[in-house]
Amino acid sequence: MSELKIKKGATSHSAYELRNPNANVIEKHTLAVVVDNEAGVLARVIGLFSGRGYNIESLTVAEIDHTGHRSRITVVTTGTPAVIEQIKAQLGRIVPVHEVHDLTTEGPSVERELALFKVSGTGDKRVEALRLADIFRANVVDSTLHSFVFEITGVPEKIDAFAELMRPLGLSEVARTGVAALSRGKD
Amino acid sequence: MTRQMTGAKMIVQALKDQGVDTVFGYPGGAVLPIYDEIFLQNDIHHILVRHEQGAVHAAEGYARSTGKPGVVLVTSGPGATNAVTGLTDALLDSIPLVVLTGQVPTFMIGTDGFQEADTIGITRPCTKHNWLVKDTDDLSQVIHQAFHVATSGRPGPVLVDIPKDVQFANGTYSEKKDAKTSHYQPRLKGDIDAITALVDAMEKAERPVFYTGGGVINSGPAASQLLRELVDATDFPITSTLMGLGAYPASGKNWLGMLGMHGLYEANLAMHGCDLMINIGARFDDRITGRLDAFSPGSAKAHIDIDPSSINKVIQVDIPIIGDVAHVLEDILRIWKSRGRKVNKSGLKNWQNQITQWKAVNCLDYAPSTKAIKPQYALQRLEELTKGHDRYITTEVGQHQMWAAQYLTFEAPNRLMTSGGLGTMGYGFPASIGVQMAHPDALVINVAGEASWQMNMQEMGTATQYRLPVKQFILNNERLGMVRQWQQLLHGERYSQSWSESLPDFVKLAEAFGAKGILCSDPADLDDAIMEMINHDGPVIFDCVVEKHENLYPMILSGKPHNEMLLGDAADGDGIQSDGAVLV
Repeated sequence: MSELKIKKGATSHSAYELRNPNANVIEKHTLAVVVDNEAGVLARVIGLFSGRGYNIESLTVAEIDHTGHRSRITVVTTGTPAVIEQIKAQLGRIVPVHEVHDLTTEGPSVERELALFKVSGTGDKRVEALRLADIFRANVVDSTLHSFVFEITGVPEKIDAFAELMRPLGLSEVARTGVAALSRGKD
Repeated sequence: MTRQMTGAKMIVQALKDQGVDTVFGYPGGAVLPIYDEIFLQNDIHHILVRHEQGAVHAAEGYARSTGKPGVVLVTSGPGATNAVTGLTDALLDSIPLVVLTGQVPTFMIGTDGFQEADTIGITRPCTKHNWLVKDTDDLSQVIHQAFHVATSGRPGPVLVDIPKDVQFANGTYSEKKDAKTSHYQPRLKGDIDAITALVDAMEKAERPVFYTGGGVINSGPAASQLLRELVDATDFPITSTLMGLGAYPASGKNWLGMLGMHGLYEANLAMHGCDLMINIGARFDDRITGRLDAFSPGSAKAHIDIDPSSINKVIQVDIPIIGDVAHVLEDILRIWKSRGRKVNKSGLKNWQNQITQWKAVNCLDYAPSTKAIKPQYALQRLEELTKGHDRYITTEVGQHQMWAAQYLTFEAPNRLMTSGGLGTMGYGFPASIGVQMAHPDALVINVAGEASWQMNMQEMGTATQYRLPVKQFILNNERLGMVRQWQQLLHGERYSQSWSESLPDFVKLAEAFGAKGILCSDPADLDDAIMEMINHDGPVIFDCVVEKHENLYPMILSGKPHNEMLLGDAADGDGIQSDGAVLV
């Protein structure tokens, strides 16, 4: 992430667009899209990305308001500033889309991802895996004499780091949810 | 008061409540209950086409010539897939359509039933929105929403997929006024600060130009009126895309003609040399801009568009204004007048002198012939002999389409129906049928090429069945003329597959359908033949045999900027850069 020049919050306190739209730098943005929870709405969003050649790094979706039939899609995407603006405009014109928020530019935000890791092994490796899990505040949600399943939440980079450490210790399977994100503060 | 009725009855009721008078369609198993209801009433006129693609293009012609949404009714499976080209065409040209498709019963969906296709999945990327209705109680509500979405904001095609059991079942009818449309309400008024910034730029500009597009026409007649008022008041020159022709009259004194790849010399040079470009309802299409990094390098650019995704999509602009053209033009005029109707008079005078010099180049000049009919001459004569009529023009796609745009004049909006964005060969003939349905007494002419025309020629049956006096003016060069021209310029004169072999005898073809056929190949006979076409009360196929290897100019080759235009036959044989070849 550090090699990507992300200017977080660049436009949040200014009346002007401060980023150069013609810049060729690739930025990573987290978008929150509130949609009607109806059949096919996820296909519309995904179809937009594939049809227009945009990237999806991560995507999560779940209903957030049962009575109001609303779902929230959190999508992490990359592109030049002009492409990011275009993605937001294109999302905004899908009929069942109610709101599009760019959490990367609209001010500080929190991001979390949950992952499950299956680590198989015995002896020292097993002890080391348990010790590292403790450092990362990962929980053991399943254990046998030959394996653990760890549950970990955090920013994606933390989960990447945990995966790197587990790999030599017998990491055999990974499941990740993708990023969920909210803006900080009361609004 | 709640009303109970079957889904099929609900559909017809909802169409009536939406003011629909004409439906273009084709029956089949999955829409039989709806056709039963159509049989039992007389308010809605159903036009039976010969192929579902024809139904959609006819509805486009109807919609574009009236400003009302076009309505299509087709069956499931092949009925729906045949509609896909028309839907995509309407999406790219922002034409409001409501397409109703039948579907296999809900309990059979997913079983690969007879004539089952995933219509919603197939049409999702080629509609503005689509709906699968699984409950009869939702049906009328969805149809009312469909009309709202198709016609609000940037117009476009929508599709409602209706399983057969939903058509048979009883449900409660929702009135039009009760339909939930609150969440889809695109913004109409532009930002006043941005509009004021544009007015400020207009007051100072030395070399301004209006660049207008189909959005002016889609905004309605008021937008064209306001545009004319603004152009007359400011005395700024104005050019337009293919889709916007007629919004400003071709006889207007500030008219530069169409711009773009085959646009006029003066229009393209004005775009290249301007210091203020005011884009009104156009979208910086690649046929317009040419090479992007050399597009109008010295200008400040304003862009008025109702669709936020059009802004900064291709060209970064300095003054973006999101809103409806009529609303924004009204505010521009009001603010400009209240600030004292200022323009940069001396700058403007020099600019107009410059434009006069460009016009003197006479870029539409061509070498006349007394032996063969030049296609340009054919259109000039057609223009001369029909311009006094209540005339609507449709076109197919290719050289003839561009010649029609260059040599025919459009004095009012909604008078030219053509496939601009998708470039659909086979559009013009069914579109002319839709136009004639909407305007029974008008002179409707489809300017065609013989290759395009054959793509939907089955609709001759529709034209004769409904006694629609559409005139098929076919510029027959026995070539795919545009393809042949590109092959000449780009592909070493290797004319791969661009001949029209085994052409039908168009006169006999017309007669086989009970219509009139006219053949003309001598320039001396042309006027009489055109008059014969106009005066015949019924559909006519006019086989106008023209010069076979005429090229279309002016032309901006792919990968070139606006100020590098080819004019006339002097350019023939001049190669194109290989990096431009991919941009064809």
